[in-house]
Amino acid sequence: MNVLLDNLSLFREGFIGTLELTGASALVAMVLGVIIAGFRVSPVPPLRIFGTLWVTLLRNTPLTLLFLVAFFVVPKVLFPDLDSFLLAVAACGFYTSAFVAEAVRSGINTVPLGQAEAARSIGMTFTQTMRLIVLPQATRTVVPPLSSIFIALTKNTAIAGAFNNVDLFNVSKTLSNDGYDIAVIFIWITLAYLIVTYAINGLFRLLEHRLEVAR
Amino acid sequence: MSASVLFDAPGPKARVRNIIYTVVGSAALLGGIAWVILRLNEKGEFDPALWDIFNYAGIRQNILEALLATLKVFALAGVFSLVFAVVLCVARLSDHRPVRWFAVVFIDLFRSIPLLITIFALWVGILGTMSPFWALVVGLTIYNGCVQAEVLRAGVNAVPKGQKEAAYAIGLRKSQVLTLVLFPQAIRSMLPTIISQLVVTLKDTSLGFMILYPELLHSARLIANNTPVNGVYPFVQTVAVFGAIYIGLCLVLSWLATWIEKRGRKAKTGIKVAHAEEPAASDVAPAPGAPVVSAADPRGETIVTDKAPGKDN
Repeated sequence: MNVLLDNLSLFREGFIGTLELTGASALVAMVLGVIIAGFRVSPVPPLRIFGTLWVTLLRNTPLTLLFLVAFFVVPKVLFPDLDSFLLAVAACGFYTSAFVAEAVRSGINTVPLGQAEAARSIGMTFTQTMRLIVLPQATRTVVPPLSSIFIALTKNTAIAGAFNNVDLFNVSKTLSNDGYDIAVIFIWITLAYLIVTYAINGLFRLLEHRLEVAR
Repeated sequence: MSASVLFDAPGPKARVRNIIYTVVGSAALLGGIAWVILRLNEKGEFDPALWDIFNYAGIRQNILEALLATLKVFALAGVFSLVFAVVLCVARLSDHRPVRWFAVVFIDLFRSIPLLITIFALWVGILGTMSPFWALVVGLTIYNGCVQAEVLRAGVNAVPKGQKEAAYAIGLRKSQVLTLVLFPQAIRSMLPTIISQLVVTLKDTSLGFMILYPELLHSARLIANNTPVNGVYPFVQTVAVFGAIYIGLCLVLSWLATWIEKRGRKAKTGIKVAHAEEPAASDVAPAPGAPVVSAADPRGETIVTDKAPGKDN
């Protein structure tokens, strides 16, 4: 109990750090993921190839490797002075975007064929078909996998804690170095993660419920 | 829905537009790549001397040892996690309520803790002193065991009910029904998902980096730090080489999963084989308390529209 009370501000900082990392990376992943999914089904071959490459490469790369690239290669070669939060968000966001893209693409696949055919037959273009007909319907099937993807993202942000970011992992490391019992730290950190993951789960359940339509 | 339903066969105008998009798209992509290459060149990262380090026998030896260290953890964790998964899955399907509840809580708990934190706690000594190697193996086993257990359970649940009833009807005992009838079919249908999860296990061995286990990424960093060439530390080069090794290993395993899935799809008998590339099979722990790995559902709802065009519901 003392571990928590003595270091309440540290825990709070770590908890908020994890939330911030998760939120920012989720935003990046969502935007990129939808765009990449669009690329993968688009009529333009180079974009399709790019989308496929993006997904295949990122899904088969360990996140730790991406962090190494973000923290040792990017500052050295491309952008010298980005802070560690932005770099961590980029690494987590890019990694997760590949999973989001796959979820969105399989969501697009579940929209009945006739919908797109009808849209085309009344003269809609690819962008219109996607924006007005397919994506709104795909949203419904995409929500449950997205929930697990964002929960995984929450857990993945722990790696950012090892790279100069203040988050729950970083807090557990600091406290362990201060000589507190790891078992007690572990219990509190676990509880914090459970709160975040259950919150995300509940939020998405709610969303799923709102979007539910008899088909 | 395949991509081609989303747009018409291009007419003359669309063809011109598509060509323009193609040119603009390729130009943007090539431009991006060219910019990165130019920057790399500007910083002198293509200096042959920096790449020459991979010709040293010592460095090659280091790479080989790191690769073996990674594969050793992967092999042990892979085998242990599968065994653990079977145990957990049996417990999860048990008729005895306390056993079932224990399994549910255990699985849900360890799937929602970041693996890194589990490994770190094991390393620091939550269960007594542990070398980085065993901390990594045990951490990976617990986490992946939980995920694989849920995969197996989804597979068992997907076996048609008649199979179980028939097995009981000819007088098999509970353990026989599970080992002779349910598990073989579940494992067969879930093999692609299981292998995809093994890819995740392989990727997660890289977390050993954080607890100083000498696996691939750790030795990449050591090499980069210890082999300065003319005062430049070869980070870009080592990351490129080690990244290629990692991606290569994972791609091989992923292809194996896809190949097995395709082979299973062709087979006329048995229940449907799960998708190899479903999101739930990735490192995604399905939501705590959520109804199984729904995306890994072997009934393959998502491909129905693919195969039966024109069948709207």
